[in-house]
Amino acid sequence: MENREFFYRRLHSLLGVVPIGIFLIQHLVVNHFAVYGPESFNKAAHFMHDLPFRIVLEIFIIFLPIIFHAVLGVYIVFVAKNNVSRYGFFRNWMFYLQRITGIITLVFIVWHVWETRVQIGMGTKELDYSLMENILANPVIFWFYVIGVVSTTFHFANGLWSFLVSWGITVTPRSQKIATYATLLVFLAVTYIGIRALFAFV
Amino acid sequence: MAEEKLTLIVTRQDSPDSAPYEETFKVNYRKNMNIISALMETQRNPVNANGESVAPVQWESNCLEEVCGACSMVINGEPRQACSTLVDKLEQPIRVAPMSTFPVVRDLVVDRSRMFDSLKKVKAWIPIDGTHDLGPGPRMPEKKRQWAYELSKCMTCGVCLEACPNVNSKSDFIGPAPLSQVRLFNSHPTGEMNKSERLEALMEDGGLAGCGNSQNCVQVCPKGIPLTTSIAALNRDTNIQSFKNFFGSDNAH
Repeated sequence: MENREFFYRRLHSLLGVVPIGIFLIQHLVVNHFAVYGPESFNKAAHFMHDLPFRIVLEIFIIFLPIIFHAVLGVYIVFVAKNNVSRYGFFRNWMFYLQRITGIITLVFIVWHVWETRVQIGMGTKELDYSLMENILANPVIFWFYVIGVVSTTFHFANGLWSFLVSWGITVTPRSQKIATYATLLVFLAVTYIGIRALFAFV
Repeated sequence: MAEEKLTLIVTRQDSPDSAPYEETFKVNYRKNMNIISALMETQRNPVNANGESVAPVQWESNCLEEVCGACSMVINGEPRQACSTLVDKLEQPIRVAPMSTFPVVRDLVVDRSRMFDSLKKVKAWIPIDGTHDLGPGPRMPEKKRQWAYELSKCMTCGVCLEACPNVNSKSDFIGPAPLSQVRLFNSHPTGEMNKSERLEALMEDGGLAGCGNSQNCVQVCPKGIPLTTSIAALNRDTNIQSFKNFFGSDNAH
């Protein structure tokens, strides 16, 4: 359709933060209950699982936004001609890494959803601590998860920075610079939560 | 006395459709040479380093003081103006190539038409004509004039488009330079009267949404124009404009 690019790109930017970014933080915080033991994790996971209208919440807060973000995101990756070797500026590297982590995150999410949500939905696996314990017992898969989580949190934190620019919130170079530091802190904090939960399963 | 020679490796192309090739020239060195005067030596004596007579190198240049934007080329990997690039400050051999974002006409001459088409697309002018004398326009605050003046330094040289990863053959993004011109004309008290038309042009395909915030443009701009500040300010303006257009507002003119 003609002249929809502006709307789609703005929607893409918004969805990355609301609801996907919010969901990401919620997901990693719930995972973090694993640090306090299997009982604690199962209780938190089952609370999320037993939320009313769960399937509606999943479709509209998780599946549809992520599918839209992923499809347009792959297109955005495709139309860029990266040039960090010629222009090695910090923001150009962030631009490049945002695209690389986007692709890694997409592969990771597809894999992760297949192993967990799809298997549980088909009734072949049970939602509990041991599901993740078995998955992460394989060291190759464990490190794949570590890379996947770090890539996701980077993509979220750096995406938050460009969200602030795309929505015209940070306009001056100074506000953009401070937003860089702020989103770096977001990256470190969310990564800590995510990675600490992973290590709780091994 | 043996004259000091300068090695110049020029990426040449005989016609828009032919394949590019590199040709080395040894030109006579003079003190305080710039790239234009080095290229002029290849015109004066069009003989390459192998001693063969070749067609003189073609390039575009006009003002020779970095205000017209015509002589942009990639010098030792960096897009910049040939006139303000001094040979003494460069590593040798000096490599000169045409900008890759634009179609090559011949040798170092590129066709920057797309930039001028973009200026038309975003209506980068101020309509002042009426059927009668419209009188003087509103005054402009001095403080605003000072920052708007910085934006007016744009010479459509194309260096920002060359450095932008989102300006390429796969994308229709118009690039940073015409975007910033919208901010310039929208900041003008008379130009502001057509603000929404320019913002709406930016919201079309290939407009503002094509920016991916790599911010290379602001780093390479030879005139130091705050391009990324312009882009972020226009992000805000277009968002507000799109809300006005959709939800309705008396100010959506």
